[in-house]
Amino acid sequence: MNIQREDIAMIQNVERYLEGKMLPNEIAYFEQLRKNIPEIDEMVVEHNMLMHQLNTYSNRLDFKNTLNGIHDKLYEQGDIHEGTVVTRIGKIVQFYHKYKRVTGIAASVGGIIALVISAIVSSIAPANNNNKLEQLNRAVAQIQQKQQYQGNKLNEVAKNKEENIIVNSGGTGFLIDAGGYIITNAHVLHGSSGANVMSSSHETFDASIVYRDEIRDLAILKIVDNDYQPMKKLPYSIKKNEMDLGEELFTLGYPRNDITYNKGDLSASTGHDGDTLSYQIQMSANPGNSGGPVFNRNGDVIGIISTREKQSQGVSFAIKSKNIFRLVEDIKNSNQPVEIKLSSASSSIKNKDRVNQIKQIESCVFLVKAFNKKKNN
Amino acid sequence: MKSEYTEQLLLKGLANNDSKAIETIYKDNFKMIQNYIINNNGDYDEARDIFQEAMIALYEKVQSESFVLTCKINTYVYSVCRRLWLKRLQSQGKFSNQMDFIEETVPIEDDIEIHEKRNAEFEIMERALSSLGEPCKSLIEGYYLKKMDMQAIAKEFGYTNADNAKNQKYKCFMRLKKLFFSQYNIGE
Repeated sequence: MNIQREDIAMIQNVERYLEGKMLPNEIAYFEQLRKNIPEIDEMVVEHNMLMHQLNTYSNRLDFKNTLNGIHDKLYEQGDIHEGTVVTRIGKIVQFYHKYKRVTGIAASVGGIIALVISAIVSSIAPANNNNKLEQLNRAVAQIQQKQQYQGNKLNEVAKNKEENIIVNSGGTGFLIDAGGYIITNAHVLHGSSGANVMSSSHETFDASIVYRDEIRDLAILKIVDNDYQPMKKLPYSIKKNEMDLGEELFTLGYPRNDITYNKGDLSASTGHDGDTLSYQIQMSANPGNSGGPVFNRNGDVIGIISTREKQSQGVSFAIKSKNIFRLVEDIKNSNQPVEIKLSSASSSIKNKDRVNQIKQIESCVFLVKAFNKKKNN
Repeated sequence: MKSEYTEQLLLKGLANNDSKAIETIYKDNFKMIQNYIINNNGDYDEARDIFQEAMIALYEKVQSESFVLTCKINTYVYSVCRRLWLKRLQSQGKFSNQMDFIEETVPIEDDIEIHEKRNAEFEIMERALSSLGEPCKSLIEGYYLKKMDMQAIAKEFGYTNADNAKNQKYKCFMRLKKLFFSQYNIGE
């Protein structure tokens, strides 16, 4: 666009006029000009209008920031709450009400209900479904086999690794706080006393186990390695609310020693046997995918891959991401509170294509190796 | 129950960006709206969204010169949220058995209409600014939004003097004007 020098001079005058920076005799002259030349008059009106629009725009942006600041402050003070309703308890209560009349007056009613409830709880809890479900951590043998394959690269890793440890199992984990907090499945760490994590660029870092919740099947690790450079901000956010059926999903994980991409769809809003804490997803997950993040199209974390159905191909289950918020809340209220900051603002990779989304995400997804230290002889 | 006097003070504070007043209004009203949304097919994020939108509507209303609020703040906020939420449910093809917590609502159709017009203008400005490209976008934001002086802007952007930066700023302003009004007039 070619803009004339005179135009710039004129717009400068309009602005000075509107900002009240003109001298009295200038104003008189300028107002005379406005009267005589309709184009100039129009310019003043348009300029004024655009300034007004810019002001309104800027005020609204500032006000939105203020509101978000207040919201977070009130939330931290406990004046307002989010996501404290636990649906599972609701279900059991409903069940109780439904059958209360049937079981009636019998003296054993308490016992029966206790049995019923424990049966429901045990059928909901994923840990007890070993016969039908397969947890997706990799067995030791497989890891050892892979390690031999990997020749050079693993030798490099081995150099950094302590000698006297036995690797138990492996899975996937991902950052939920840029400071180095990683979430994974509790079953990935089952029976292990320590863990280390390997990044997508095959760097290995030491990690400590911060918290395990066997019921939710979630655990938190923290990278405690001096070589680790914390990120400023995670590229993705974590969703608090539930997703709709049919939503397109993808995951990154370590079924092998290299990071692996997979995609699928959300196929049911409950997991195995109506477990309301999980989603069913149509995605072929393999051992080693356990603990991996499930993203929606925008690159928000919506769940954590945990188990798959043995009989049917391509049916996997993912723990809903709102459980991460509950877990973090539990940790905050535990004996050894740790402050973990989850990001629920919208993800910065929202409008990127898949390839670029993955480029940003992959450095946040780690191979988790759980081990026991051998006793020194 | 807040006295009328306190309510007027709160609204005055809101108009003047007084954070204490904004916080008080937020705290006094958020839970009611959250309950309403959650009990009407919504989730926590949506409750926050809708409530904050109503706060913006109220904020922009108190700033206009012709402002009068003929009802209590909570009645107003509730009425706006209720209307906004019903609209959103409708647009998502969901419906809900209305559960109202307080009987009293005030007619806010006109206000909603004004608010929607402001939303549209906000979006046009957002689009116009983002299609300006750099360094125009940052120049305009620096001068008109952040109210930086030309000297500081010249320094930050690496112009040799304030006059050159000023020239560039005017060119950017003219482009913004063109971008904004081409969209704005379509919308009319």
